[in-house]
Amino acid sequence: MTTESDPATGSFRLSQLIYDTRYRSITIQVIATIAFMLIAWELITNTVENLARLGKPFEFGFLWDRAGYDINQRPIEYSNDSTHFRAWMVGLVNTLIVAVLGCILATIVGVIAGVLRLSKNWLTARLMSIYVEGFRNVPVLLWIIAFFAILTEATPAPNTFRGEDAENSMLFGSSVAITNRGTYIPRMLFGEGSALVVIVFLLSLLGIWAYNRWSHRRFEATGQTMPNLWIRLAILILPTLIIYLALGRPIGLEYPELRGFNFQGGLQVRNSFIALWLALSLYTGAFIAEIVRAGILAISKGQTEAAYALGLRPGRTMNLVILPQALRVIVPPLISQYLNLTKNSSLALAVGYMDLRSTLGGITLNQTGRELECMLLMMANYLVISLIISAAMNVYNSSVKLKER
Amino acid sequence: MSDTHAESVAYVRDTMLPEKEPPGREVGAIKWMRENLFSGWFNAILTIVSLYVIGWILLHLAPWFTHMVWNAGSLSECREIRDELWGPDQTFSCFAVIRDRWQQLLYGFYPAELYWRANLAFVLFLVAIAPVLFSGLPRKMLYFSVLYPFVMFWLVWGGSIWLPLMVIAGFGLGALAFVLASRVNGLVAVIVAALVPVLWWLYLAGPIATDLQRIAPLAIQQVASKDLGGFMISLILGITGIAFSLPLGILLALGRQSDLFIVKGICVGFIEFIRGVPLITLLFVASLLLNYFLPPGTNFDIILRVMIMVTLFASAYMAEVIRGGLAALPTGQYEAADALGLDYWKAQRLIIMPQALKISIPGIVNTFIGLFKDTTLVMFIGIFDMLGLTNAIRATTDWNGIYWELFIFVGVVFFVFCYSMSRYSQYLERKLNTEHR
Repeated sequence: MTTESDPATGSFRLSQLIYDTRYRSITIQVIATIAFMLIAWELITNTVENLARLGKPFEFGFLWDRAGYDINQRPIEYSNDSTHFRAWMVGLVNTLIVAVLGCILATIVGVIAGVLRLSKNWLTARLMSIYVEGFRNVPVLLWIIAFFAILTEATPAPNTFRGEDAENSMLFGSSVAITNRGTYIPRMLFGEGSALVVIVFLLSLLGIWAYNRWSHRRFEATGQTMPNLWIRLAILILPTLIIYLALGRPIGLEYPELRGFNFQGGLQVRNSFIALWLALSLYTGAFIAEIVRAGILAISKGQTEAAYALGLRPGRTMNLVILPQALRVIVPPLISQYLNLTKNSSLALAVGYMDLRSTLGGITLNQTGRELECMLLMMANYLVISLIISAAMNVYNSSVKLKER
Repeated sequence: MSDTHAESVAYVRDTMLPEKEPPGREVGAIKWMRENLFSGWFNAILTIVSLYVIGWILLHLAPWFTHMVWNAGSLSECREIRDELWGPDQTFSCFAVIRDRWQQLLYGFYPAELYWRANLAFVLFLVAIAPVLFSGLPRKMLYFSVLYPFVMFWLVWGGSIWLPLMVIAGFGLGALAFVLASRVNGLVAVIVAALVPVLWWLYLAGPIATDLQRIAPLAIQQVASKDLGGFMISLILGITGIAFSLPLGILLALGRQSDLFIVKGICVGFIEFIRGVPLITLLFVASLLLNYFLPPGTNFDIILRVMIMVTLFASAYMAEVIRGGLAALPTGQYEAADALGLDYWKAQRLIIMPQALKISIPGIVNTFIGLFKDTTLVMFIGIFDMLGLTNAIRATTDWNGIYWELFIFVGVVFFVFCYSMSRYSQYLERKLNTEHR
């Protein structure tokens, strides 16, 4: 049906490109495309011209040259004879290590602080408010540097652990030593047959998962519950323990010992790592605490009251009514905090932790003079990590979205 | 019947009893403590743990604040004073370093005789920001707020007055072109209004400013960018970032919501790229790579580059925050605007944005706070902000080995600014809250 106010169709005039809203969008798009292309063209030609002028080809062959520098934390095989590519990988793994451990600790700290801030206990709630506001309102870089200073300045030197009545003693039955050169913790030694123990452990994790499914189905069918916690614990521990003892304890611990001027053996966890890890976790934890608090407050009180009216106990109310709804509010900002933590880990530079930024974007860049290539690779790395996390978040979001009918 | 009942019972009280004091455990401090600190075994444990934590912190901090040295020229002098007053091996704090170097921490290497200019810029900043923050002030003050960035630029960097004036003239020309061209058509007007100032700044503003300076030399002493530093540089970067990232963020958010797929694609790509990489890599791009992207031979100020990067960075985050606000608006609002016959920009300006921005205030202020804290990252590209200066001060022989006093100073300054920003956002939220409960 055409009404009289509709413009005549069929006859297209050039002026419609500006005046008619139906065609104007095309005009705007074309202009935007041209402007974008022009800017991109300008940048690319400039870059090509500048690179030619400096005599620097744009290629990534330098990645297979000898790196020639040392990295103090090597989760994968690396020596100064390795290639730049290898150094890059070491940096990437180091970034991921601090990011993953940081996310775990930040979640623990944040959830505890967020729940305690809502607690009825006046003193604890105030204490948590001070923690949250204090950490949120001060730059994370300052926290990283300050933690590093605490660890290097306020901890004892290894030689104070010496002698009969030493000034300092190791913690946890002489297994952990906190010194100004790093913290020494026991290292796991994998002997013969340890692979079997690990496999059994992984299988028992699978067993727990299978048990959960079975128990849930049984509950749905009969309404009877099992002592789930104890059974799960038994599945987790018993098979691994039995095979461990049966094989004659293949996995042992190597304890750090004071020899010469320093601790030998065990695993040296560098101060740079601890400072970065603690600072990032506590800083992000403060943000997570706020997210958790907001999530719990977002669930209206009527939900709790309704659950009580149905006769649910407080624990079940939390598990079955409050948490599933609060998680929908909590998880998206939580994951963006994980993303922030991962990106903030690039501040490792301040304490000399050898992450992606310090290997590929630091020493490799300075040695080879390939700013463009190194920065592009580094940005691509961070971008890929971010996009993976965002994609995971989108999947989660669509799975918990309110089902509207 | 009631009278017979009265006779059948032995005793009926005919006067009221006087009110009694409530039991001792139900009043005052004891009641408060029972309710708030020891209401159950778990709460009692929490209280005890909290007390232990507080006690531990106080015990370690107390000697620090009771033994303060404020008058000394170096750390060793501090220690001598400590030995004299409280004896050796006592924990003490040497705040003399702040007294000695606070000017450097705040102003960087800005010439001391020109501090008044920095101070004036800061005072004028407070004047400029006041009408934005508090709606009770006269609206005419907003004109000054708009002019303030140029005033700040001129006061801080100095030099000829004609350059900032020519930049302002560019905006004036743009507005003029918009008015003239909007008689033809709205879209043409937007394009012309965007093109004219750019061409003016690129080709005409510089030479004309030079000529005018030759004719009428109006200049104050120039300060080089490398002399800027300290808290001042954080403030400058923060203010420019905040001022420009909000409008840019709004545009990006609108672009991301738009139906035009190319515009949308560009905006999404930009936002996701910026949000995906750490700010520090962008700062390194600004300091190392920008020369590759610009025509050979151009070289512009490092602080300007950092400003641009910080603004772009914050605007991507801002766009996401505002997109959240836009998404939270019910579709009915858009439809109502259409039903009233408002065009796109009018609908945005009068109906959508006021509500969307109100919803996103907490997020916007959080982005501001984040941006302000992130200005400390410029220390990595050779700009001496407060954190960079703490390293520089520690490197001098006088103050070698001093950490905490400097960190506390830096932390407190940032805390004051960031915390007041977050308090302000809470105040604004309460003020704009039109829901009736």
